Amino acid sequence: MSALTAAGDLRRLVVRDLRRELRLLDGLIVSTVVPVMIMVVFVYVFGGAISTGSSGLAYIDFVVPSVLLMSGGYGAALTAATIAEDLNGGMIDRFRTLPIAGWVVPAGHIVASVIRNVASAVIALAAALLLGFRPSATPAEWALTLAVVTGYVLAVASLSAVWGLLVRSTQAAGAFSFVVLFLPYLSDGFVPAETMPEVLQGFAEGQPITPITETLRALLLGLPMGSSGAVAAAWMGGAVVLSLPIAALLFRRRTAS
Amino acid sequence: MNAIHSKPFTDAIRARGLTKSFDGTRVLNGIDLTVPTGSLVALLGPNGSGKTTTVRVLTTLLPPDGGTATVAGHDVTREGAAVRAAIGLTSQQATVDELLTGRENLELFAGLCHLGRRQARRRADELLERFDLTAAAGRRAGAYSGGMRRRLDLAASMVAAPPILFLDEPTTGLDPRSRAELWAVIRELLASGTTILLTTQYLEEADQLADRVVVIDAGRVAADDSPAALKRQVGAERLVLRLSRAEDLAPATAALSAIDHAAVAAAGPRGLPPADPGLRPDPVSRELTLAVQDADHLRRALDALHHAGVAVEHVELRTPTLDDVFFELTAVAA
Repeated sequence: MSALTAAGDLRRLVVRDLRRELRLLDGLIVSTVVPVMIMVVFVYVFGGAISTGSSGLAYIDFVVPSVLLMSGGYGAALTAATIAEDLNGGMIDRFRTLPIAGWVVPAGHIVASVIRNVASAVIALAAALLLGFRPSATPAEWALTLAVVTGYVLAVASLSAVWGLLVRSTQAAGAFSFVVLFLPYLSDGFVPAETMPEVLQGFAEGQPITPITETLRALLLGLPMGSSGAVAAAWMGGAVVLSLPIAALLFRRRTAS
Repeated sequence: MNAIHSKPFTDAIRARGLTKSFDGTRVLNGIDLTVPTGSLVALLGPNGSGKTTTVRVLTTLLPPDGGTATVAGHDVTREGAAVRAAIGLTSQQATVDELLTGRENLELFAGLCHLGRRQARRRADELLERFDLTAAAGRRAGAYSGGMRRRLDLAASMVAAPPILFLDEPTTGLDPRSRAELWAVIRELLASGTTILLTTQYLEEADQLADRVVVIDAGRVAADDSPAALKRQVGAERLVLRLSRAEDLAPATAALSAIDHAAVAAAGPRGLPPADPGLRPDPVSRELTLAVQDADHLRRALDALHHAGVAVEHVELRTPTLDDVFFELTAVAA
C-alpha cells in the first residue's frame, strides 16, 4: 500500500467526518455557538469581577488565549466519542473488509477533529476581536499562534482517541471532554494562579495549560515568552508522539477480534 | 484484484474443522463448509448457533482457534488481505453511514476501494439503479426504510464487484415485501456469477435461494444437503392434532405409526414413542404433531385415527418451522 493511496483514503475519511459534523445539529452548535458563548460569558459576565493581578492586563486580553484553547479543546475531546461510535456500530466491519490500512480510520477522525476545532478556535477569536480584543501580533506571531492552537487541538484529539479506544461505550468516551473542559480553570488561564491556594497554585503552574496559555499571551500581546514556549511545545509534542502510536496499536487490538 | 483470479479454485469457500471459543465457551465446534464457485449456500440455524461467528472467521474479522479455511483460494489467517480483496460483507448491523446519503456512502466506499472519482460516481450510479435506490440516492441513509437500508448495505458490499459475497441474516426484521425484493436482488447477483454464503433463521429463505443448506446447531453442522432433500427429510407440512382425551395419545401414535410402513410401531418405555422422527406426541397439550408427505398421506392419517376411534378436538396444518427441522435432525442423531 503506497503512501499516496493511504493519503487518499485518509482524505476520504476526513471528508466523511466533516460531512457528518455539518449534519449533526448538536455538533455544529458545539463547534460554532459555544466558542462565541464562552467568549461572551468570560468577557462580560466574569470579566468585570476578575482582577488580572500583577499582569496589569485588561481581562479580555488576559482571558482570550485560554478561551481559544477551551473552544478548540472541547470539540477535540469528543474525538473519543466519534471513534467509539465507529467501533460499536457495524461501520468498523465495513472498513476492515475494505483494502485500506487500519490506521487511517482513527487518523481520519483525528485529522477531521483538528480541522473542525481549529475552525472553532478561529470563530472564538473573531468573536474576541468584535468584543474589543486588540492583539499586537505580527504575521509571524499569528502563524505561531495558529501553530500552537493546532498543536493543542492535535494533542487533545490524539489523547482523546486513545481514551475512545480504551473505553467501550460512546457515553464513557464523552467523559474525556469533562477533563479537557475543566483543566483550563485550574491554570493561569482564567484567573491569575497567584490568587489560588498554595496547593492549587502548584498544580496550576505545573500543568500544561499554563505554559500553553502564557505562550499564546506572549505571541498575541507581545509579552515576554520566557521558557513557556519550550515547555508548551514539549507538553504538546510529547502528548502527540506518545498517543498516536498507542492509538494505532489499540485500534489494531480492538479490531483484531 | 487480478491476483485472485490467477489462482484457480473450484470451491470459493472451503472450511474444515473450524473451532472458536469465547471466554471458555465453545461457539464453533468443528464446522465443515464447502461453497462451490457460483452457488449460493445458506447457513441455517437459530440465534447463538454460530452462524455469525462462522461468517466473521471466513471474512478474516476473527481468527479461528483451530481448523482451516480458504476463501477464493486464499487462507483466511495467513492471506487476509487477498481474501478481503475478493469478498464483500453485509453484516447484521448497519454498515453504512446513516448521516451520509445513499450516493455519498457508495462513493465513499468506492473511493476506499481505490476507484477514481469519475469511476466511483459511475459505479455508484450503476449500483443505485441496480438496487432500486436511484430515487432515494440524495436522501440520508438514516431516513431509509429497513428494506432500503439493507439494499444500500448490499450495494455497498458490491462496489468492488467482489466474486464472493457474505450476507449475514440479510432479511431479519424486514417485512414480507421488502424480503421478497431483497430475494430478487440476491437471485440477480447469483445469476451474474457471484458466489454467496448467506446466513438465515428462516427455512423458507434457505429454500427460496439456496443450492445447498447447511444446518448448524451449537457450533456443529447438523445437516448439509439440498433444500429439497432437507424438506423431504423434514416433511412438507405439519399436521397438528389436539385429541379430546389424553389417554388416546398412545393408540393414536400407534395408529399413525402403522400407516408409515417403514415406521417402528414398538412402544417406547413411556408408552409414547416417537415412532418416526416426524411424529411428536405431547401429553401436556394432548397434541400430536405429524410430518405430512403429501395429500394421500394426510388422508390415510385421518382415516387411521378414525378407525382407531380417536376423537380429535382440533386439526391444524402448518408449514414446518426451524424448530421442526432441529427436532428432526437431533432426533435422527440421537
